[in-house]
Amino acid sequence: MNAIRIQTEPFDIRAEQEALCRNNPSIGALVTFVGLMRDLNDGMGVSRMTLEHYPGMTEKALGALVAEAGERWALEGIRLVHRVGTLEPLDPIVFVGVVSRHRGEAFRACEFLIDALKTRAPFWKKELTATGERWVKARETDAEAARRW
Amino acid sequence: MIRIRYFARLRERLDTSEEQLDWSTDTATVAALRRHLCARGGVWAEALGGLETVLAAVEQELARPETLILDGQEVAFFPPVTGG
Repeated sequence: MNAIRIQTEPFDIRAEQEALCRNNPSIGALVTFVGLMRDLNDGMGVSRMTLEHYPGMTEKALGALVAEAGERWALEGIRLVHRVGTLEPLDPIVFVGVVSRHRGEAFRACEFLIDALKTRAPFWKKELTATGERWVKARETDAEAARRW
Repeated sequence: MIRIRYFARLRERLDTSEEQLDWSTDTATVAALRRHLCARGGVWAEALGGLETVLAAVEQELARPETLILDGQEVAFFPPVTGG
């Protein structure tokens, strides 16, 4: 079963993992990626972050990524949860969970999903630093990571 | 009419989150619409006509400069994405 959610409230990593595996004993591998908010970016301390998105397009873009992963690898389920709103250091931002019969498929699909999400899903981060607010700049290393797939 | 939406840094610089525009041949592709908006001058020309990368979506899907815009559709302009 696949699921996509955008939410302001924190998510429960364990509950998300359990939802992925529930009632499906054919699953042999569960791979998850959880992105956390860092307190340092571009050499400056960051005390808070605000995440904005494009409601409607976000769900479409994530839906397209889930569909693409499902076509490329033999998977038993995908779960994407992304938070928006205000976040503090160590807060989980994004959950990518993939289940499959064997580990190779889940590992590859999970890495593809987070790499593609970072370049194709319409989210934007704004950081609060000691000198004020600033929009996070897109990184060339993220674009390179996405091109590998 | 077309609905145009702006997000993140672009929304702040333009001080506009969305607007409606009459559809015309001037707004029939992403590139044409961008030129039309730049012609307003000032901050519009700076934000949409400068060196900064601006992405566009038509009907909530990433678009290219040559992507067609039909009457009644939704277009959005925004900076490169930074989620995850």
